[in-house]
Amino acid sequence: MTTVAPRKKQYGKGSLTVATWVIAILFVFPLLWMILTAFKQEADAYTDPPKLFFTPTFEQLGNVLSGGFLPYLSNSAFVTILSTLLVLLLGVPAAYALSLAPVKGTSNALGFFLSTKMLPIVAAIIPLYVISQNTELLDTVWALVILYTSMNLPLAIWMMRSFFLEVPHEMIEAGRIDGANLPTLLRKIIMPVVAPGIAATALICVIFSWTEFFYAVNLTAARAGTVPVFLVGFITSEGLYWAQLSAAALLASLPVMIVGWIAQNHLVRGLSMGAVK
Amino acid sequence: MSTLSVSTPTSQAKAQVAEKRGLSTAAKRRLPLLPALIFVIAVTQLPFLLTVFYSFQSWNLVRPGSRHFVGLQNYVDVFSDTTFLVALLNTVLLTVVCVFVALLLGLGLAILLDRKFLGRGIVRTLLITPFLILPAAGALLWKTTVFDPTYGLLHFVFGTDVDWLSEFPLASVMAQIVWQWTPFMMLLILAGLQSQAKDVLEAANVDGAGRWRTFVSITLPHLSRFLQLATLLGAIYIVNSFDAIFLMTQGGPGTASTNLPYYIYQRAFEGFDVGQSSAMGVIVVILTMIVATFALRLMFRTFSVSGGIK
Repeated sequence: MTTVAPRKKQYGKGSLTVATWVIAILFVFPLLWMILTAFKQEADAYTDPPKLFFTPTFEQLGNVLSGGFLPYLSNSAFVTILSTLLVLLLGVPAAYALSLAPVKGTSNALGFFLSTKMLPIVAAIIPLYVISQNTELLDTVWALVILYTSMNLPLAIWMMRSFFLEVPHEMIEAGRIDGANLPTLLRKIIMPVVAPGIAATALICVIFSWTEFFYAVNLTAARAGTVPVFLVGFITSEGLYWAQLSAAALLASLPVMIVGWIAQNHLVRGLSMGAVK
Repeated sequence: MSTLSVSTPTSQAKAQVAEKRGLSTAAKRRLPLLPALIFVIAVTQLPFLLTVFYSFQSWNLVRPGSRHFVGLQNYVDVFSDTTFLVALLNTVLLTVVCVFVALLLGLGLAILLDRKFLGRGIVRTLLITPFLILPAAGALLWKTTVFDPTYGLLHFVFGTDVDWLSEFPLASVMAQIVWQWTPFMMLLILAGLQSQAKDVLEAANVDGAGRWRTFVSITLPHLSRFLQLATLLGAIYIVNSFDAIFLMTQGGPGTASTNLPYYIYQRAFEGFDVGQSSAMGVIVVILTMIVATFALRLMFRTFSVSGGIK
């Protein structure tokens, strides 16, 4: 009994590992297929049965890059970076106020922030369109910067507040007794604890801003269009240019994919802490 | 609940201390909060108030000079509009099914990943990637690569010529949304699994609890907060689903896959009917608030259990 059980367990573990791998690959197969298609000639992209072996080419990626993709990419980068910085600028003090220096009405403020996430964005799109048109912000990156900041700020405050709550109260009190002022406390005690959490929060803001579609499609066009808007151009022609569509989808997603891969540990930690504290 | 009763006296004490120090201290403490608060109110609440205002008007952008006050007429029209009711039903169905299925799949994948095995990092990286690609790219990818009746992967696997998007439009859109959101659920649940105290699990093992028993009696209760949060966040984003419908089916065929965000978009940007789409927006907000009130209550219970509203 004692000799059989561990071996059986070992065997079970091995097959479970294989099963996990198979499930994972099946799950992401559409994505792997897209990446493969991005390196095909158009003629190889739609065949029946699908072609697994072909001569890879960078032609499609090159076509997308030279086909007007770059302005969309730079719009996306600008909007994402600026709105994330604004979220941090507004959100860090707010999270601090809601966690380490709360006053009456704190939970009301928290509730309010979260409740704004419950408002369906469609309910505001018409006034936003009219306002942007009247303020000449329509089809500019500024409209998106403002809207993405307001879109991510509530979630960011909730997440960052949880990281501020991690700071041991005794350390802050001890620092105060030793005569440290707020900037010193922030720099020496608070920031080192909350910095990873702020990074995780920023990452989530980057993902949501980069991938946002509804505002971008309705409030921008040729001038300020972001990467998702670029992809809309393929709805009409996707039947003809599968390989090019795949290349565009790959290039559009790549920046966030890479950031997300590198920082996945951060992401997990940020989500869970923000979630539960 | 227990921590709430503990934390309330302390926050009261703090408030009293703040009052003693004078109003200026409380004001000073509120100061860092104000910019964020004002910003969010300005950008989210003002447009909504305008939506309410527009909803009482007959206003069609293609008929200049058509703008006038009509009272509740738009609301009457919306409720007698069968497409609106279809869209409402589709939205509820889509949200409930997608959240539930993504949650279950996410739980399964998280359990599989919560072990040490060869290539675990790579598998996790693979599995989170659908969450990282653009939803717009994901939608187009599924439309072409998976669902195409002639060259799609489903055709290749099953050998049928089913045109999935026109025969099962809502189910097809749901499949794509589930695929997109499962990794997010998985990440949250995985974080929950990994934050479990290992000694408790070992103790259960020593006490002779089987794997299933341990899962049901220890792991699931520990996970419940994470599951609730995943449900809430997932629902918030999936209720607003637009990309998949816009890019895969355009709400069709007919209205088979039209949800509320897409229908409001259509009335506003294709029908140019500001009044009616505004009325729909207001109704959606009221419905969402009814649901969200319950969700928020759940949420606050959740949050107060762990840290208390400090």
